[in-house]
Formats: sequence, structure tokens, C-alpha cells
Amino acid sequence: MNDALANRDKEYKYGFVTDVETEKFPKGVNEDVVRAISKRKEEPDFLLEFRLKAFRWWQEQTPPHWAHVEFPPIDFQDIHYYAAPKSMADAPQSLDDVDPELLRTFDRLGVPLHERERLAGVAVDAVFDSVSVGTTHQDILAEMGVIFCSFSEAARKHPELIKRYLGTVVPPRDNFYAALNSAVFSDGSFVFIPKGVHCPIDLSTYFRINASNTGQFERTLIVAEEGASVSYVEGCTAPMRDENQLHAAIVELIALDDASIKYSTVQNWYGGDENGRGGIYNFVVKRGRCEGARSKISWTQVEAGSAITWKYPSVILKGDDSVGEFYSVALTNNKMQADTGTKMVHIGKNTSSTIISKGISCDGSRNSYRGLVKVTPGADNARNYSQCDSMLVGSDCEANTFPYLEINNQSAVIEHEATTSRISDDQLFYLQSRGLDSEEAISLLVNGFCKDVFKTLPLEFSVEAVKLLEMKLEDSVG
Amino acid sequence: MLKIRELKARVVDGPEILKGINLDVNAGEIHAVMGPNGSGKSTLSRVLAGHPDYEVTGGAVTFEINREAQDLLAMEAHERARAGMFLAFQYPVEVPGVSNTVFLRAAFNAICRAQGVPPVDAFDFRDLLTEKLALIGMDDSYLERPVNLDFSGGEKKRNEILQMAILAPRLAILDETDSGLDVDSLRIVSEGVKQLSTPHNATLMITHYQRMLQYITPDFVHVLMDGQIVKSGDHTLAEAVETRGYDWVKDAA
Repeated sequence: MNDALANRDKEYKYGFVTDVETEKFPKGVNEDVVRAISKRKEEPDFLLEFRLKAFRWWQEQTPPHWAHVEFPPIDFQDIHYYAAPKSMADAPQSLDDVDPELLRTFDRLGVPLHERERLAGVAVDAVFDSVSVGTTHQDILAEMGVIFCSFSEAARKHPELIKRYLGTVVPPRDNFYAALNSAVFSDGSFVFIPKGVHCPIDLSTYFRINASNTGQFERTLIVAEEGASVSYVEGCTAPMRDENQLHAAIVELIALDDASIKYSTVQNWYGGDENGRGGIYNFVVKRGRCEGARSKISWTQVEAGSAITWKYPSVILKGDDSVGEFYSVALTNNKMQADTGTKMVHIGKNTSSTIISKGISCDGSRNSYRGLVKVTPGADNARNYSQCDSMLVGSDCEANTFPYLEINNQSAVIEHEATTSRISDDQLFYLQSRGLDSEEAISLLVNGFCKDVFKTLPLEFSVEAVKLLEMKLEDSVG
Repeated sequence: MLKIRELKARVVDGPEILKGINLDVNAGEIHAVMGPNGSGKSTLSRVLAGHPDYEVTGGAVTFEINREAQDLLAMEAHERARAGMFLAFQYPVEVPGVSNTVFLRAAFNAICRAQGVPPVDAFDFRDLLTEKLALIGMDDSYLERPVNLDFSGGEKKRNEILQMAILAPRLAILDETDSGLDVDSLRIVSEGVKQLSTPHNATLMITHYQRMLQYITPDFVHVLMDGQIVKSGDHTLAEAVETRGYDWVKDAA
């Protein structure tokens, strides 16, 4: 038994549970729960209204099933919608007042928050279950007019900005899970980069699910004003549990004229064991709008965890000459299922988008790319380049590509390339005969396969991503 | 350095191809194994390198590591490489996405680590590459290209010799390295192999024709027919085979 646990630890080193007293709302969701969440966060009235409207609409909907994934129906009344460490109840004013056990948790996750140890080039907002534990570097950023804080704090301190932008990219009625999130979202990050400011350091949110039977419904909103730029990184982990936990987040990005937002994700939620038991359901809506002319939004994602991943970080290219990018590596092993890709919606003139997707399927997993390129009638001279490559490791896995094109303007130039490859025994033997063992050989092949995506990540995260994939692959190469 | 005794092998679940090979290779020697198509030449090279498609059904092979004879057949392919064995492939494999530099450095450092030598950084490795590139007449542009991808036949073979130059094996097995080469490439590759030969390493050339032997004079020539070495001699044996054909060896044997 101990051996088995030790083995599991090796496979997923972030699978530990932090022992803190947690305040949880009773299981289930209704209007009272929605009101209670809003009250606990001392939100302005408009936010409560926003939540209630979303909730009422959600109640009338049925969950969608079009993704190429299989899972038993989710009992939405069997989930805790709010969980927070008790020590966070009286809202610590600074990181010095935060429960040391929570700080130690983030240390163990490699995201130290203390001033003396924290990462120099990155400001971090650390979210633990439903609350933000703290945000580093806030003082330095404030001097430049950059707002980087938890969503709850933003709702209290900058209600006018929240009111102006919240739900403008992903409306509450966008889809079932967007409505649910809009009703019960707990915490997340808010970023505001004022006109002309280039944010000097990477901003990062680290999401940690700790409590059991709890859903995490975070909300991230990033606004870059005219000529502003920011690079934002998201990381996430959860303990190993035999039950499935729901993570239904919304991320909204808005880039005004000449602004640019780069959003990178390294997702390593617990993916379940080799029999497909446990793991996170990662059902996330991520969308950015290139509102202004010459604006740019770039998504990079490294998806290496979650029992089920169901998400399509998208860009609405509204401004003329705007640019959308999507770079993705999705690795599935054990019984994991991923249906992920992007939507690029060309509306403005001379807009261009690039999609590079690399799917790696191992063991008995299922990995699908699903992507839409849409060119509206007014989007003259739209350009898109899509490249979707799949790699199979082993013989029981599955890889699919579902590309959708809706082109309504003759001037569009659309290119699509797709390949599927399998790591061949000949390749492995060739590399082994040069001194690389099978793990090193596969890691070399996989890193080569993914390098177009890795090179778009901020350096330290690119190193992290490579290590993460190597760790995952170790178990799949027997 | 290498001792092969009564080695028998086949493709997994296939008919026996090697039917009792005996061969000794010592440091400082160049051996050529010649034979007609289907005689088992390539099987011999792959079995020695540890290809998983083949199984050994009898006999023994020892490889000297730190002056001690080790059971080669008990070692995995990468362990053989780390112990100083190198196979130049007849058909080098394409590795998309991985540049020559990255590949060579990963292999070089894997072998360094196994031999207890500190790995080299990217800059020092670059110097080593530049030096070895000259040996086989390749320019820098090869380095950033994915391994063997869209290489011509001649480029692939040169690339094998570049790898051999970098990894500096004690025993190099060249599997039909001379096939598919134009005259210029043949000369460059042969010169490269010759220069890499020292009193401390050994070369086993496997070949159908004696094209490469015009440039490299082997110390020993062995003729392989139907899975066995039927005749051994010095370099004059190669010439005899060339003029009189394999049937002559068969009749003489």
C-alpha cells in the first residue's frame, strides 16, 4: 500500500493535500448559494444581479455533449460551490498575515510568495480553492498604474472597470458552463494595464484546488488599454483524489488599439490514475477580443493534466489589422480525454491568425483537436495558417482532428496542414544506438515535435513545460 | 575487444539467418565482412547493435569494457552505445523536429555521463562539431536541419560518419556505408573513416562490393555466406572476390 502511494507520488508530485480548516458552503447550488457567495465577497449590487441573471438562465439549460469525450452525468447538486481556508475569512491584509500552512503549500508547488524568496521576474496571484491567498509585487506594479489583484479585490476596489468589461467577451449566456461560472464564480485574477504601459514583469496566477468535492469556478479578466502590453501565465494543480472534481473557469481578454496580450497556461491538474479513476474535469471558456486596430492576442497552452479537458482558447479579431495566435501542446496519458483547440473569428479587415496545435496521445487516452476558423463577410484580406499535428505513443490511444472552416469572404487566404505520426520502433532504435535510453529518446522526439509551441512560452515556463512532459512520458514508456 | 562465438540469430519468430558466426576483432584492426545479398551481413550488424526485431538463438558475444570481457548480448542497445559501440546504418532513420545539433549533443552527453565524464555545454560542443564537420566535408547548414530529414542518400551516409566522429566509438560497425554513394561522397566518407581509425579502436565494415576497400585497406577480410563465415584472409581476399565472384569462394570453401 505504501509502495503504491509512493508510486503515485512519483507520477504526480503535486498530489498532496494541505491540512487546513476549511469553510465550505453546503453542497448544491440555488439562488441562496449565489447570494451567499456574493455576500461573502462583499460585492457591489450589480455583480449580484449579474450572477442571478446567469443562474436563472443556467437553470433552464441542459449540459452540452458534443465534445468527443465520455463521462457520466455530473450531479451539480453534489458539489460544494465555495470552499476557503478558515484563516482567510478575516481577509489578511498582507502576505505576512497569511496562514503559514498556506504559504508552505505554495512553496511546495514551486511558487514561493514570501518577499525574500519569490520569483524575481514574475508577480504571482495565488488562488487556493475559492479565494486568493495573496498577490506579490503589487506595490511595484501600482507605481506604473498596473492593477493586478484577485477578482474579489477588484470587485470591491475597481467596480467601474469590472462593470465595464465583465461578460463582454464571454457573455453569461454563451454556454452552459459559462452561465454556471457567471453565477457562482469565486475568485481569480484581474489585470488592467493602462494606456501605453508595457508591463515590465510577467504576471501569473497559480490555481490550487485543495478541498474535496469542491468545484473551482475562477474568473480572470485582463484588459490592455491602447498601446499596452502584458504577458500572463497561469499554472494549476490539485491533490490526487478518487472522485472527479469540476473546474469551470472563464478567462476574458480585451486588447484595445495597438495593445498586446500574451496568455500562457501550463495546466497540470490531476489527471486520474491508470484506470481512469479520479481527476479534474477541466471545462473552461477562454476567449479574447482584439477590440482595437493592430491589437494582438496570443494563447499558448501546455495541457498535460486533467481527466477531461474541454476548452478552446479563442480570439475574436474585431479590430482592423489585429492578430490572433494559438499555440498548443496537449498531452494525454492513462485514460485522459482532451477535446481542445481554438476559434479564430475574423471580423476586421486585414486580420491574421495562426494556429499551431500538437497533440500527443499515450496509453489508452483520447486526444482531439477541434478548431474553427471563421471569416465574416466584412473581413477583407483575412489570413489564417493552421497546423495540427498528432503523435501517437503506443497502440491503444486515439488522436482526432476536427477542423471547421466558415469562409464568407473571397479574399481570405486560409492554409491548413495536418499530420499524424507514431514514434516508430526504427526511430527509437536509431536514437538508442546513439546512447539514449528509451525515455531520453522519446523525450527528444516529443520535444522536437513540440518545439514550435515551447518557444512561444516565457523562458522559465518553457523549461517547466519540458520537464512536465518528460515526467508524464516516463510513465508511458514501459 | 569483440569476440563472437557460434552466434546464431533470427528475426523474431522467423527462420534462422545467422548460423554460427565466429569472429575476433582487436583494437587497431579494420575488418571487412563481405557477402552476397541475403547472406546475413546486415543481420550481423543489427544483432551486434541490439536491434529489438532480432533474437539470438545461440552462441555468445563478449565486448571488452575497461579491459574486462562483458556479455554484449545482455546489454540493451543504448548500453552498447554507451560502452563504445557504434553502428553506421545502411538506411539512416529520419527524425523530424530534432536538429542534428540537439541530437548529437544529447547522444554525446548521454555517453559522457555513462562514462563518468562531465557533459559539455552548447558552446564547447559547437567547437567540437565545427572541427568534425570539416573531416567529412559538411558545412554548418547541416547542423540546424532535422536529423536526416530530406537528406540525399549521400548526405545521410556522411551524417552517419559525422556522428561516428563525434561519438568516437571504440568499435564502429559500418553497415553498407558505401552503398548509394556517388564517387565524391564515397571518397570523402572513406577518408573520414580512415582518419578516425586509431590503434585504440576497431572498425568492422560490412559490404557487398569492395568499393570502399579501394580507399581503406582492411587488415582482415571475411566472406559471409548463408549465415556463416566461410573464408577469412587479408585484403587480397577482397580482390579475389571482386574478380572471381562469390561462387568461387563457395566452391573453394
